[in-house]
Amino acid sequence: MTDPTKRKHGDASDGALHLGSPLARVDGDRKVRGEAAYALDAAPAGLAHGVLVRGTIGAGTVLSVDAASARQSPGVLMVFTPFDTPVLGAPDSFLDGTPGEGPFHVFPASILHWGQAVAAVIAETRQQAETAAALLRIDYAPGDVVPSILSKDAGPGVPVGAVDIDRGDAEAALAGSVFRVEATYETPREYHVPIEPHGAVAWWEGDRLTVREPSQWIDAMARTYAGWFGIPFENVRLISHFVGGGFGSKVTAMTHGAVAALAARELGRPVKVAVTRAQNFTAHGGRAATRQTLRLGADADGRLKAIVQDGESETSVFVPFVEQLNAATSVMYDVPNLRSRQRLVHVNTVTPAHMRAPGKHPSAFGLESAIDELAHLAGIDPVELRLRNEAGFNPQTGQPWSSRRLREALVEGARRFGWKDRPAAPRSMRDADGAFLGWGVAAGLFPALDHFGEAGLRVDADGSIEVLSAGIDMGTGTYTILAQAAADALGVLPGDVTVRLGDSELPSGPLAGNSLLAGVMTGLVHKAAAAMRETIIGLALTEQGSPFRGSELNTLDITRGRIHPTLDEGRAVPIADLLKAIGRDRIERIEDNFPAGTSAQERHRIMTTVAGLRPPDGGVSSVASWCAHFVEVKVDEDFGTVRVRRVVSGFDCGRLYNPHLAASQFRGGIVMGIGQALLEGGRVDPRDGRIVNDNLGDYLIPTNADIPDIEVFSVGEPDFRAAPMGGKPVGEIGIVGVAPAICNAVFHATGQRIRRLPLDIAALLSTN
Amino acid sequence: MNRLAYLRASSLEEAKQALALPGSIALAGGTTVVDLAKLGAMKPDLLVDIGGLAGLDAVRVDAGRLHIGALARMADVSRNADVLRLAPAIAESIERAASGQIRNMATIGGNILQRTRCAYFRDASTYAACNRRTPGSGCAAIGGVTPNHAILGATDACMATYPGDLAIVLAALDATVHTDMRDVALVDLFAEAGSGRETVLADDEIITAVSVAADAGAARSSYLKLRDRQSYEFAAVSVALAVDLTGNGPQIRVAVGGVATKPWRLPSVEAVLRAGPPTRARIAEAAATAAGDARSTPDNHFKIRLLTRTLERALLTALDLS
Ligand SMILES: Cc1cc2nc3c(=O)[nH]c(=O)nc-3n(C[C@H](O)[C@H](O)[C@H](O)COP(=O)(O)OP(=O)(O)OC[C@H]3O[C@@H](n4cnc5c(N)ncnc54)[C@H](O)[C@@H]3O)c2cc1C
Repeated sequence: MTDPTKRKHGDASDGALHLGSPLARVDGDRKVRGEAAYALDAAPAGLAHGVLVRGTIGAGTVLSVDAASARQSPGVLMVFTPFDTPVLGAPDSFLDGTPGEGPFHVFPASILHWGQAVAAVIAETRQQAETAAALLRIDYAPGDVVPSILSKDAGPGVPVGAVDIDRGDAEAALAGSVFRVEATYETPREYHVPIEPHGAVAWWEGDRLTVREPSQWIDAMARTYAGWFGIPFENVRLISHFVGGGFGSKVTAMTHGAVAALAARELGRPVKVAVTRAQNFTAHGGRAATRQTLRLGADADGRLKAIVQDGESETSVFVPFVEQLNAATSVMYDVPNLRSRQRLVHVNTVTPAHMRAPGKHPSAFGLESAIDELAHLAGIDPVELRLRNEAGFNPQTGQPWSSRRLREALVEGARRFGWKDRPAAPRSMRDADGAFLGWGVAAGLFPALDHFGEAGLRVDADGSIEVLSAGIDMGTGTYTILAQAAADALGVLPGDVTVRLGDSELPSGPLAGNSLLAGVMTGLVHKAAAAMRETIIGLALTEQGSPFRGSELNTLDITRGRIHPTLDEGRAVPIADLLKAIGRDRIERIEDNFPAGTSAQERHRIMTTVAGLRPPDGGVSSVASWCAHFVEVKVDEDFGTVRVRRVVSGFDCGRLYNPHLAASQFRGGIVMGIGQALLEGGRVDPRDGRIVNDNLGDYLIPTNADIPDIEVFSVGEPDFRAAPMGGKPVGEIGIVGVAPAICNAVFHATGQRIRRLPLDIAALLSTN
Repeated sequence: MNRLAYLRASSLEEAKQALALPGSIALAGGTTVVDLAKLGAMKPDLLVDIGGLAGLDAVRVDAGRLHIGALARMADVSRNADVLRLAPAIAESIERAASGQIRNMATIGGNILQRTRCAYFRDASTYAACNRRTPGSGCAAIGGVTPNHAILGATDACMATYPGDLAIVLAALDATVHTDMRDVALVDLFAEAGSGRETVLADDEIITAVSVAADAGAARSSYLKLRDRQSYEFAAVSVALAVDLTGNGPQIRVAVGGVATKPWRLPSVEAVLRAGPPTRARIAEAAATAAGDARSTPDNHFKIRLLTRTLERALLTALDLS
């Protein structure tokens, strides 16, 4: 592992200039002006438009599709149904790259959930396609539907096994505990609702396919397209320059992309398929609904002795997707005895997907609510109770933490919030108008993963400097922090660096998920830029035509893009001038972090499947980000309305590559957490499984009016076991623990404990 | 195929002629019509854009009445000085409705005539049964997801909530709806829920304005809207009050929204309030009668309690007793 004291550039300990500074996002200007072209802005000549058609039963079979009038409808070019859509090839396994299991039926006749895509219509215009789509007459044989985990006939589910934990003897320890709490916590289906809905624009040139599509993982999606269409990976070009939010929903290639590429091939012209807002609730999954019963036991001092967890999460009838309910439970506190079981309840839904802080959010909702219940029962302040149960090492794996500054986040958060003035008893704080006020706290974590990748650096004689990567920026700030990382290592200003991202022709990039891309890519860009710096200096000292040749200097420096003898900036030569002087048009470097000797085939496998995800620090230490949220709510008890008045949150995410952008991520996560706590939830029709609130008017996410001042602060220190440049995950952690902090605050305000989200008017009024 | 024609009417006569054609519908701000047409819940053949008709967007005070033109934009009305002074609850109800963007487009006439948000009404392709869309076809909401559905006026034919805010205030203020053919009391405008008609208006009848008496009750009018989200959400429960304290004992008119199939006056509550001085006890007694005829589902049962409490709070606030 890198020794921080030996690093020369770009880390926090040697006074890095740019990485770590609060630079405004470099792409902000273009976005505000509407100049940033998102995938569906692409309008290649001859573009045709496709629409997906959703099935209207919850389960069963498509018997027939009468497409006669649709095909005759003006402008219609093509209709795909379950009975006449070419079958696509089998991509390698997304898990490990082993050969795929079977061909991809784009529109299977068997219906497994409401809203499943059953057909597509391609026409000259979007409106013509929609008109024709409405003319399709689809005949179904409906089957029995199990709409949701709440359905009576959903059954107890099947054990997951793989995530079960048996640590010590939890039942015995629970039985011997002085304080015991037991409760069941539930979270509903939640949806990513990125403001940019999904979609794809595809076209072919011979057997080369280009797809413009918002993507969180260019290379993995390209691999799927290659498998579907039986073409080499290199023949797929996937472009995703900007992504209007993903939150985990844009990681894999989906039906809309398959239809766009297939229709483009059949028609010999570009085709765009835009997924509608309503279809964004059924074309891909949101977060699985969960339910967990927790039993906690503690000694007289509040030290946890045992946790017993029995959880269920929802999944489709065809894929065993696990929303891991013990993700936080197993590592948050020092608990010697823990027993955790999880079952999967298969219902007629689209397969759930990862969504910002998968597992961690519902896990923390249960645990951090239960800890608050324990604190109340034991008469111990909830901050103090957490401090008493701090884990000195990872209690699940026995690994040392690379860093864990949760204590600092709790202590400093309590100080900033004014926690010491909190009366312990519920119902003891009121606002001037008589409404109850309540203060709540909860903690959260986000375990880190590492990934492989490459970064390219290109310096041109025209003065341009480019960072090149197929990694993407979904609004989080990749463009900005990579310019900062390159600037430090190369000796230029961030403004001199152009970052090019989101194109599979560029050096292979990691997944933008698991909050890992920033850590991986800043390290790779640093490495490439440092190598470039050495290359340039070497050329300056040795090449014919260089003003420094024969100067008998051992080395040179580069400052603000100018090469000069160390300590003598008077004789500085701009990089571009040097290239011209030595007769070079361009210098390129690509650096990677593959283990030495990794074959090209293996590189492909680990860059395009989840097999490339690995623990940081070679698995020696346990790496995670930590946070603590302090929340004030105001509750009007008569009305059951809860307003969040104040949030103070502390984060240990190691070194922040850009504190300004990191704060945006923290706040964004907290905003989403407020939505989860008070507003969000897919409403499932109990008969056919339809999501009835599949639009932004009825699926409630917070508006500005719902969001108070949010104060965020960092207690992190550079952690070089976590990532080469010292940072830990930032993008998802903000959401973890917000919902329980709010529910705990509502308990403090009213004495009412809400254990099922969302905590809305109906929930509060059903009990008072 | 489904061709949609569009006509921008330049005179009332032209609009009326076009609206007399089967399958035609008036288009004002379009925020309801375009939404429902896109969903397929409304399948017009001809959109008759009345937005260009002259003289229908003014707010004026005439013979002791406040007149608001049918084509006046929500955003403009909510900021109008006469409205704010003479009937503040009208401004308040609009300010709390929809979003800034919608209020910039939407008109007063269109707002009054907006359709329900019942998901089963809105999704015609999945749910054939909807007495509102197709009289006699049944009601898919029965047994469905119904937290937003009505507890007052709900029948087996239809339990969809009237979602608007403004009309609740207009109901409390005994507003008159003026059309090109006649005057109708606002509370009489709406047809029986699930009857297959939304209103009593003829197909080619055009609302030209609404008016309310600029009386003491209107000047002391108030609107209390409750919902989970603090902006851009329909009411879970809302209460409109007009309180006249100038006579012998208060004259209080009460209408409620978010809970009923149409804008709903509560004569029983008004009667209790008339029976004597407005003490806290009387107010509680009055509020308790509000949900007397309520019919709820497990999903919307909470609205019974919420209605009573909201009404009580609104009355206490309006009478300075809170
Ligand atoms: C997401 C969302 C949230 C909303 N939230 C709220 C809310 O919180 N509160 C609220 O009150 N409203 C809300 N609305 C509804 C919105 O206020 C209405 O859509 C709007 O007021 C309708 O006005 P318009 O001019 O756009 O009507 P249009 O869509 O043009 O017309 C609506 C109806 O009225 C008819 N019509 C219009 N003008 C006349 C006329 N002069 N004579 C005869 N018929 C006429 C049309 O034929 C049509 O049937 C919301 C809407 C949306 C989409």
